[in-house]
Amino acid sequence: MADINDLKTELTNLISNAVDIDALEQIRISALGRKGKITALMKGLRKLEPEQRKTAGQELNILKREISTLLDACKNDLEDANLNSRLADEKIDITLPIRPAEIGTIHPISQTTDELISIFGEMGFVVAEGPSIEEDWYNFTALNIPADHPARQEHDTFYINAEKQGERMVLRTHTSPVQIRTMQSQKPPIRIIVPGRTYRCDHDATHSPMFHQIEGLVIDENTHMGHLKGCLIDLCRAFFCIDELPVRFRPSYFPFTEPSAEVDIGCSFEGETLKIGEGDDWLEILGSGMVHPNVLENCGIDPTKYQGFAFGMGIERMAMLKYGIPDLRTFFDSDVRWLKHYGFQPLDIPSLVGRAGL
Amino acid sequence: MKFSLNWLKEYLETDKNLDEIVHWLTMVGLEVENVEDRGKLLKECVVGHVLKAKQHPDADRLKVLEVDNGSETVEVVCGAPNARAGLKGIFAANGTYIPGLDVTLRTTKIRGVTSNGMMLSEREIGLSEEHEGIIEIENSAKAGSNAAQALGLTDPIIEIAITPNRGDCLGVYGIARDLAAAGIGNLKALHVPKVKGAFESPVSISLDFVEEYKDACPMFVGRYFKGVKNGESPQWLKAKLTAIGLRPISALVDITNYFTIALNRPLHVFDADKIRGDISIRMAKDGEKMQALDGKEYTLDGDMTVIADDYDVEALAGVMGGERTSVSQNTVNVVLETAYFNPVRTAMTGRKLNLTSDARFRFERGVDPAFLEDGTEIATQLILDLCGGDASKIIKVGSEPDWKRKYALRKSRVQSLGGVKVTPKRTQKILEMLGFEVTITQDGWEVTVPSWRYDVVGEADLVEEVLRINGFDKIPMVSMERETSLPRGAINLGQDRRSRARRTLAAQGLDEAVTFSFLKSSHAVLFGNPPETIKLVNPISTDLNIMRPSVLPNLITAAGRNTHRGYKNIALFEIGPQFSGENPDDEIVVATGIRSLEVVPRNWNSIARNVDVFDVKADVLAVLKQIGGPASNGQIVQGSAPSWYHPGRSGTFQLGPKLILAQFGELHPTILKEMNVEGPIVGFEIYLENIPLPKEKNRGNTRPALKLSTFQATERDFAFVVSNDVSAQSLINAVSAADKTLIVNASVFDVFIADSLEGDQKSMGITVTIQSTDTTLTDEEIEAISDKIKENVLKKTGGILRNN
Repeated sequence: MADINDLKTELTNLISNAVDIDALEQIRISALGRKGKITALMKGLRKLEPEQRKTAGQELNILKREISTLLDACKNDLEDANLNSRLADEKIDITLPIRPAEIGTIHPISQTTDELISIFGEMGFVVAEGPSIEEDWYNFTALNIPADHPARQEHDTFYINAEKQGERMVLRTHTSPVQIRTMQSQKPPIRIIVPGRTYRCDHDATHSPMFHQIEGLVIDENTHMGHLKGCLIDLCRAFFCIDELPVRFRPSYFPFTEPSAEVDIGCSFEGETLKIGEGDDWLEILGSGMVHPNVLENCGIDPTKYQGFAFGMGIERMAMLKYGIPDLRTFFDSDVRWLKHYGFQPLDIPSLVGRAGL
Repeated sequence: MKFSLNWLKEYLETDKNLDEIVHWLTMVGLEVENVEDRGKLLKECVVGHVLKAKQHPDADRLKVLEVDNGSETVEVVCGAPNARAGLKGIFAANGTYIPGLDVTLRTTKIRGVTSNGMMLSEREIGLSEEHEGIIEIENSAKAGSNAAQALGLTDPIIEIAITPNRGDCLGVYGIARDLAAAGIGNLKALHVPKVKGAFESPVSISLDFVEEYKDACPMFVGRYFKGVKNGESPQWLKAKLTAIGLRPISALVDITNYFTIALNRPLHVFDADKIRGDISIRMAKDGEKMQALDGKEYTLDGDMTVIADDYDVEALAGVMGGERTSVSQNTVNVVLETAYFNPVRTAMTGRKLNLTSDARFRFERGVDPAFLEDGTEIATQLILDLCGGDASKIIKVGSEPDWKRKYALRKSRVQSLGGVKVTPKRTQKILEMLGFEVTITQDGWEVTVPSWRYDVVGEADLVEEVLRINGFDKIPMVSMERETSLPRGAINLGQDRRSRARRTLAAQGLDEAVTFSFLKSSHAVLFGNPPETIKLVNPISTDLNIMRPSVLPNLITAAGRNTHRGYKNIALFEIGPQFSGENPDDEIVVATGIRSLEVVPRNWNSIARNVDVFDVKADVLAVLKQIGGPASNGQIVQGSAPSWYHPGRSGTFQLGPKLILAQFGELHPTILKEMNVEGPIVGFEIYLENIPLPKEKNRGNTRPALKLSTFQATERDFAFVVSNDVSAQSLINAVSAADKTLIVNASVFDVFIADSLEGDQKSMGITVTIQSTDTTLTDEEIEAISDKIKENVLKKTGGILRNN
């Protein structure tokens, strides 16, 4: 069957030289189509002797299968080549920038407040709030700062036109009036923190007429100064993420606490650079003390039965120290360059259990 | 409060060094603010002896000095008028750092003559502002010897902050007492000489008060001195005062200043020859005037305590003396005043007159009411020692105010309040060292407060005394224990919503700002009608004189500032209070934001565009969705936003006719023009507190079961031609209402306005999703729904299907 072999050689050559799928299809039709060469040979078998027909039939079937397989393989190759060439043509410059999309930022004051809430929350504190515009009594008198007290002069109070109980109303000079409002409306045990805006009539490099404080108050029957120390040492270490941060308490004076203590953390100054947690220097960060019996009494709480502590700190100051922000006034400038640089990502949600530290 | 280490050691016997003393001052509550070791600045300088002083050959005002610096004689060019042969001063060689000039000396030629160093003035070594001439050393210091020692500057100056309760530590003696109690040394007893009066004072003194003012000056001690010589003070006294920044004036004045600092006992000395008649202490008459020692004339009122002669006010009690009776070089007879003035009245007088002084600072914090006579005696001796003369018998009028107070201190209280165990013995010892009198009672002590401790008014104060002297560092820390084993939520739903709104807006691309709660009235009035009651009485500036009625103006101003810096796509938000009045309920927390100019900047991929109302509408809806607000049953109302928005490009998101949850839109161009800020700017205000809390029954965690249709949904597009004033929302409502069960969604995919449409008309393309939950809809059923849609749209909006 020399012509079968010839045909095989001829078809194999044709297939391997096929330039595209159309050409390959033509070859398929010319070989296996109704009028194709192999089909014609198949048809010719009828004319042969049975013995010959059997042998030739077998050979033709093998040829048919081989050519089919070859056609399929070549078709696959050509398709792959086609796809690859199309993909190559589809190449685009992916170094082009993305479509304009802005992601905004969280202000350091909000972030720091959230961090502090997350720590105090773990200690069982809940957030309480109060108004910016206060009555003189809540801001001063109830906090054991009577009208003639020298401490009043140090508060640089803003007054507004409105009066209540015969006194000009004030912009609260600290978050402490919320202590009073809470103690008046809630029975001990009390464990609150009070973040919020505060105001003082002072504007220079280190003072802003508005700033933020966070206040804390614990009232129950047994809380003593050891708890005050424990609470604030734990806080400082968690906030600054330094397990061994040195924390120092030294006697001070606030009219609404007795005893009163200022709290310092250990640090070092290398020229202008401040390093928290190491060195021989101390940095004052907050004021605290045991709630003065007069304050409890002013709120209708029996000071012979209940006691506790209070503390307050500047949120901007905590943020400046933790994040190395140099200038207080820039917090309120709304300069987008500053906001984008010092701000936080929307999903930076502080949590003590989320990851190591805050 | 400034004092030197040696001054302290005059009252405190101690072997502790400076560092230890500084540490303990802070730890007992006398916070050290600064320690100035003046000797340090001078460590490279020596005493220089001027051997010759020649005129500079080429400069009239300069001299060429030959200075012996101990090791050699060098030539120094000097311009000081007092430079002369024989003078001993402070010499700095080339290469020395000069603190007052902040330079390091280099060899220089001055008009042709080489200068090998410098003779220094007080200003140049940072000692004072004195720069009239070079320093002259009067003692026998040798050339080349240590400069600091020669100047008596080896004594470090300590500056401490005194809290308002510790008036008793406004004198060096009081500070020594606290340190002694803390175990830093022994307090030396004050020596009180008893000077016998040689004669009766020719000037009499009386307290002239009506009953209600008697507390103004309960006691006044005076003494007449005759034949004094009021010259310069001796070197030791001048050096003491200079070291802490006080200028020596004359012996008598210096003595009073010395007493103020050393013993916290302000004194005053009148020139007795200028007093006409006798001295009375009384309330001023309204309108009386006095020329004070600061050179200013003050007009007084009936609530101010004064010291007067028969004619005029001669001193403001506890605040400042008068010019007329002040002592001078020529003074020979004087009256010494040692008085007790009421703290509150003294403070009020000073405040009203805006007059501060060392005396006022002490009287208003309370000076020791039991130290008038002893103080007078000690001062008498010093006056006689320094100025000579004779002292009269003491004149004492009034009586010591009643200062004696006793409080019980329970033995258990130090531990129950202070959290630290202090032995009864130590407790008692600490109190006694501080001057308290202690008697033992059944369950503790009865403690009498010393006359100088105004601040101690109860048991808690006694505990504080024990704790602070024992050391706060001895109190063991005890971590807080929660009442519950796991933390509860620290914030309530309202606070949580603020937090979510904040993080949502940041995710929407806005930067969070924090701006002041006040602003200028001219901006405030553009955003509502803020009442006069919330105007500040004493604003920092007129730019910040009223509480903000809206947060928008501050953000708009901030956008303007950023635009000036060249930024064109500003997106800012703030979550903070705004005020409609002075009551707590008038203050609400609002989430406010603005977007200005370009929201899509020029880029390769899409067309740049400016902000529009849909940017802020998206912000509002994102926040409402994130905080669980009722986004689905609220409605957008066109044109109902307040006057600061563009009337045609703004609206509100509200529940029912009244409850506004948010307002948003383009800001009115007139407002931006008024504020001088470039537009367009769009903004929003979300009234977080107006958003209803979820109903109690919906607060659980369980969600309703999800019902999914297994049957294919069909989408059909319609293009309706409607009048221009038909809103997209009303068209959608008309479509959706055609079959509330089977129409599951309808949305606008196209808005088309063209000349091919008649008159004021537009075409809106709506795609409608139709789906049944229990069957596959047939073509006929879908056709039927389509017909219903067309019918309903025609009925509700007059819209007809576009036919092309």
